[in-house]
Amino acid sequence: MNGNSGKLSRNHVAVVGAGMTRFVRRAQETAKELAWEAAHLALASCEMTLDDIDAVVIGTAPDAFDGVHMKSEYLSDGCGAWGKPVMRGYVGGGTGVFAPIQGWYHIASGLFDTVLVVCEEKMSSCQPHPQGAFLTIFDHTTERPLEPNLLWIFALEMNAYMHRYGLSKRDIATVSVKNKRNAADHPAALLGDKHITVEDVLNSPVLAWPVQRLDVSPVTDGAVALVMSASHVARRVTDKPVWIEGVGWNLDTAYWTNRDLAYPVYVEEAARMAYDMAGITEPRKQIHIAEPYDPFDYKELHHLEGLMLFDKGDAPRAAADGVTQRDGDLPVCPSGGLLGVGNPIAAAGLMKVAEIFWQLRGEAGARQVPGNPKRGLAQAWGDLMQVGTVVVMGI
Amino acid sequence: MKRDVGIVGAGWSGFRSITPDLSYKELMYEAAVQAYEDAGIDPRRDVDSFVTVAEDYNEGTSIFDEYVPDQLGAVHRPVHTIAGEGIQGLAAAVMQILTGQFDLVVVEAHSKASNILTLPYVQAFAFDPVFHRPLKAHPTFVAGMEMLRYMVETGSTHDECAAVVSKNRRNALRNPRAGHGATVSLDDVLSSEPIAEPLTRLECAAHSDGSIVFVLASGGTARALRDTPVWVRGIGWANDTFWLESRPWGDARYARTAGEMAYRTAGITSPRSEIDFAEVDDTFAYKELQHLEALGLCPPGAAGEWTIQGGTALSGEFPVNPSGGALGEGHLLDATGLARVLEVVLQLRGEAGQRQIENAQVGLAFGWRGVPTTGGAAAVLSR
Amino acid sequence: MEQFVYDSVYLHSTDFHEGRVLFETWDPNTQYAWDAGVAIGRYLHELRAGRLIGRSCPECRRILIPPRMVCEACFCATDRWVPLRDTGTVLTFSRCYVTWDMIKLEEPQMPAVIEIDGASPGMGIMHMLGEVDPHSLEIGMRVQAVWKPLEERSGAITDISYFRPLSGSAESAE
Repeated sequence: MNGNSGKLSRNHVAVVGAGMTRFVRRAQETAKELAWEAAHLALASCEMTLDDIDAVVIGTAPDAFDGVHMKSEYLSDGCGAWGKPVMRGYVGGGTGVFAPIQGWYHIASGLFDTVLVVCEEKMSSCQPHPQGAFLTIFDHTTERPLEPNLLWIFALEMNAYMHRYGLSKRDIATVSVKNKRNAADHPAALLGDKHITVEDVLNSPVLAWPVQRLDVSPVTDGAVALVMSASHVARRVTDKPVWIEGVGWNLDTAYWTNRDLAYPVYVEEAARMAYDMAGITEPRKQIHIAEPYDPFDYKELHHLEGLMLFDKGDAPRAAADGVTQRDGDLPVCPSGGLLGVGNPIAAAGLMKVAEIFWQLRGEAGARQVPGNPKRGLAQAWGDLMQVGTVVVMGI
Repeated sequence: MKRDVGIVGAGWSGFRSITPDLSYKELMYEAAVQAYEDAGIDPRRDVDSFVTVAEDYNEGTSIFDEYVPDQLGAVHRPVHTIAGEGIQGLAAAVMQILTGQFDLVVVEAHSKASNILTLPYVQAFAFDPVFHRPLKAHPTFVAGMEMLRYMVETGSTHDECAAVVSKNRRNALRNPRAGHGATVSLDDVLSSEPIAEPLTRLECAAHSDGSIVFVLASGGTARALRDTPVWVRGIGWANDTFWLESRPWGDARYARTAGEMAYRTAGITSPRSEIDFAEVDDTFAYKELQHLEALGLCPPGAAGEWTIQGGTALSGEFPVNPSGGALGEGHLLDATGLARVLEVVLQLRGEAGQRQIENAQVGLAFGWRGVPTTGGAAAVLSR
Repeated sequence: MEQFVYDSVYLHSTDFHEGRVLFETWDPNTQYAWDAGVAIGRYLHELRAGRLIGRSCPECRRILIPPRMVCEACFCATDRWVPLRDTGTVLTFSRCYVTWDMIKLEEPQMPAVIEIDGASPGMGIMHMLGEVDPHSLEIGMRVQAVWKPLEERSGAITDISYFRPLSGSAESAE
């Protein structure tokens, strides 16, 4: 009864178009308008119209941010879903990479040929501070009375990871520097900075030790959309469809305090599922670009290890050696990631998928990684340090 | 649909107005254990993917997806939450099986409505924040306005709407799962307090707590597990506009669109003659009538007369909501659509006890997400 | 891809103060009373009595805290209540200098994951550390729960005020 085996049939479902809004701290546009802007640009990018769209997938994370219950209903028409089948998947921060997985199963099921995938987040609506929405992710009885701050849970994990492998803040700060510098070349970026240094990061205020301000991605508003199609449509619409070669997702126990926080097992499980489907046996060789989820700088390293692209504890050294720079052996977050472009939760994950799309087609402009990459991976993470979502794409 | 998809296991807990003895985790566990026993499977070994259906504000927790895997046997497995109608969760499972990559998929939804102290405020929180929330009206006003428009457009009478309540709560008396079985006369309904005129209190489904779990399997696996799986023949879902200002108030267009997709995927061209019975959303009494018409199960405007004449009674020519519907079982928030599916499954298996419809071969289940949405989903199931 | 990036309008707080942007506010008033159920109901009851309690799984034999009626690894019912000690080991910690709405704190809060003695290895709960110099915190520190007086306990995780270093700290966990 194990269905997760066997190679995904190649050239079955492809991404054919992408569009996004600039990621800003606080947008004037409503959540619905942000979704619309991204969706209509994605359609324009492949010269399609809403008539070509058979179904819509919406990805958006806590309703508490935008301040609307059953948020997908409110977003539905902005996402092009009037009179159409629309469905919202919600796996916390993992949503941005999960939405295209949903788009994939919509099309691979044979029920739909073309799907519009829209991810949106308007965190700024939540006052006095969007952090407030995160108070309610903790267990309502055993944890919330302690009034936990979201920063705690990252700090606890970061400390465990650093302690396990004897890492210094300097080892980790290089990730923030790389990503913010990369983001200076991203037209939608909020925190791109060509001149940031490791010292800047190490001198930034301590928020929740070991987390410092420049280790963290910002609260952001934004939206991203993709158009995905079955192969017969994809080939008609573009001469460079980017194929979904493997998908994987995995959820760990809610009892996060019972888990080993130094290693994201759920990311490894999700990666194995995706690699299996894609027929990948040597990920470090066969993946040419990676966009792992980087809400905090240490997470990029944590996830690279979970993705089995580096051995446990080894990612920091590889990063220090320049392996993960855009012109390195395995470019990681050439987009600038969440640390550089911004973190409108679900939209941030989809931004990574869009980046792989643009990179593989040679359309990433100043961010383009050299060497004609043929296969890339996007990964997101979410819930209570708990879910991994992975997409492997190839051209 | 390109592959057979069958329901091979069903489990539930509830449905009751309150469940103070159990946390939501324990409620889910009860339903899951029953479903897995029913299917004869071990979730740690056999299940390829899990789909849960939940909304943060119904739970009082952000990112509720965090809290589902343990009590379903889903730790370290592919799990995702659909923030939508219960039948959309079923659709997500169906689509995964149709890809050919997943063999056995579990679907779960539950309600702990009793734990929401300010439910109308939660419902109001779904309104557009700029145009509708500032009106500060109790959300049920939308249903009252829609009911009035429906009655004017179709000529349906208040008596006909009340007949839905009578029928469904009477059916619920024969349903051991139902929390609100009762003998209620048309007069009782019409003279109950007005909530949002013309809607009266007894026309609004009360809430229940409960949990439902299904196990779905692809054709070969389904046949290996059960002699008679219940097949998902067709599935469909759709949204109409979110705007109150531009929706067709009298017509449940979203139900028509969802129904059309479900019939198309099931290869059904004449629903009324090819389907034997239906479980259709009745969150408000008039909704059953409005949905029956939109789903093409009777001519436009004819549902009220059909009901009051007994055509949709348990013993009628086309039983509707033999379970008692939401009016009889209690409204289970987004799990309500799966409660409709559950009855269809039990009827098709011949396990509906005192409610058993003779020769039930094909059934339809339809769910609606409630005020202020125009979101609906339909499933056609058969033996 | 620049042509497919929409230039969102970036708002500043002055746009609001100076009235260039109009806005609506809404207080959601969403309130809940969650049924604790069998497992957590007992956990809270024991907390009020000044004790920590776990559940054991008959298959994997792990002793679990917080207690739960189903072992998530084995997917089977847990079968026994297991009284635990109120001492433990710090698995990880932080020093937090900001509140959730980003107000600076002079004295840091010290959240931690604490493995509880008597439960299986790695079985931690989240709580706070106190009565300790923030800069002397170490992973592996041995700590002891500090309980509120009986009359102030209500059956909540906050019946423990915080954990402080075990005096002597030569005690080893069982």
